[in-house]
Amino acid sequence: MKKLGSVLPSIIVLAVVVVIWWIAVLATESVIFPTPLQVVTGTMELARDGTLWEHIGASLFRVAAGFLIAVVFAIPLGLWMGWVHGAFVTLNPLFQILRPISPIAWIPIAILWFGVGNASPIYLIFIASVFPMIVQTTAGVHTIEKRFLRAAENFAVPRGKLFRQVVFPATLPQIIVGMRIGLGVAWLVVVAAEMIALRSGLGYMIIDSRNAGNRYDLVIAGMIIIGLIGLALDGSMRMLEGMKNVRWRYAH
Amino acid sequence: MHTKTGATKINVQNVRKGFPADKGRLEVIDDLNFDVADGEFVAIVGPSGCGKTTLMNIMAGFLAPDTGAVLVDGKARFQPNSKGILITQQGSVFPWLTVRENLLFGLPDEMPNREALAEEYAALVGLKGFENNYPHELSGGMLKRAEIARALVVKPEILYMDEPFSALDALMSLRMQNELLRILGIERHTVLLITHDVEEAIHLADRILVLSPRPARIQASFDVTLPHPRRVSSPEAQALRVAILKELGVSETV
Repeated sequence: MKKLGSVLPSIIVLAVVVVIWWIAVLATESVIFPTPLQVVTGTMELARDGTLWEHIGASLFRVAAGFLIAVVFAIPLGLWMGWVHGAFVTLNPLFQILRPISPIAWIPIAILWFGVGNASPIYLIFIASVFPMIVQTTAGVHTIEKRFLRAAENFAVPRGKLFRQVVFPATLPQIIVGMRIGLGVAWLVVVAAEMIALRSGLGYMIIDSRNAGNRYDLVIAGMIIIGLIGLALDGSMRMLEGMKNVRWRYAH
Repeated sequence: MHTKTGATKINVQNVRKGFPADKGRLEVIDDLNFDVADGEFVAIVGPSGCGKTTLMNIMAGFLAPDTGAVLVDGKARFQPNSKGILITQQGSVFPWLTVRENLLFGLPDEMPNREALAEEYAALVGLKGFENNYPHELSGGMLKRAEIARALVVKPEILYMDEPFSALDALMSLRMQNELLRILGIERHTVLLITHDVEEAIHLADRILVLSPRPARIQASFDVTLPHPRRVSSPEAQALRVAILKELGVSETV
């Protein structure tokens, strides 16, 4: 009951938005802009002939690939930069310059280097998500409280154990924050990347629906599906924040 | 049970320490000399800001003195090691490890009976049944117990306690003092306790050193010969308390 009470207001807001949309379309007698019902029927149509699942699958595959490569790259690098001062002062300026460059600006170079296949968007997703994860991981190491490092020093444990049981787990909450940011950006970027060169994915579906006969019902269907999947991806990262060994950091 | 064995465990020799300040240098510790016997419980009291914590950090090996040395078993100590464990007011139980994992932390991975040992010490401090809990699931008092157990399980020779119970409420602080005495009755360790609480010092220590305001020197030393369990309200303890407070520049008017 309590749970229902907390989600009810947001459901009402969503319902109001849909109703206003519907009324606005009917009132303006628009022939191009679809009603919510048309969007639903359009979506069902795509779901039935299977193309919707292909597009979703293609987008998710690219995000998963680019994001996982970024994770494998960013976490060790971030830990190293956080722990070794020399590595930080050497590499940090480079990353601080690369970080503000929108991944969209990389599209021409991605096409030049990787062509128009899957490698281009995967590269763009990698570029988009790797920097926030490096930055968060590094900051996570830098903010480990001194009292914990001292305790570790006091017990004089070997270096490997220090990393496994102190440095990494102490940084893990920040790593998860970085992964959440990284995955969010990755999902934004995959849609943009697919609009340019590819022949599959939700981004392509949107552009193609518009180009092939002004199917704005499918354009909006694509947008809503992107939103819902983005929400689900963020929710999956939030579940990581619920793990017992990281909860200490988020408790307050 | 608090009898000195006689052998010198810790020997603080001509220790001086200062820090660079805005104008010149801030001398914090000024030529400190004292010994601590094996198995002795020494409390150090002093006005706040007198350099107690700096002294503790030097003794535990986290900070090097400018001159002089701290000898443990006759050998100069330059670095912290697991023969002497520091317990501080803020505590340092790792919040990302369970109580059991915290206790296992200081034990070498290849040690055969480490699991059993961790279990034994969790039980010793009264944390049986909480081994799989994370620190944020424990109360302040239980967290202190976990910290003490993690220190004791590595069989240290010396415990360095820097205001260990100051963050607890008065009742819990008293309870933990009794716990500490009970545990020290089972396992004799050399203990150095820094505190601003004179009653705590009288309750626990064999000897109380009073430090002067900065730069710290030893201003007075009191042997506490009262038998355990001590009542801080007893006339002897109260007389001692008044004498120590007088050294600290606090005259008591009742």
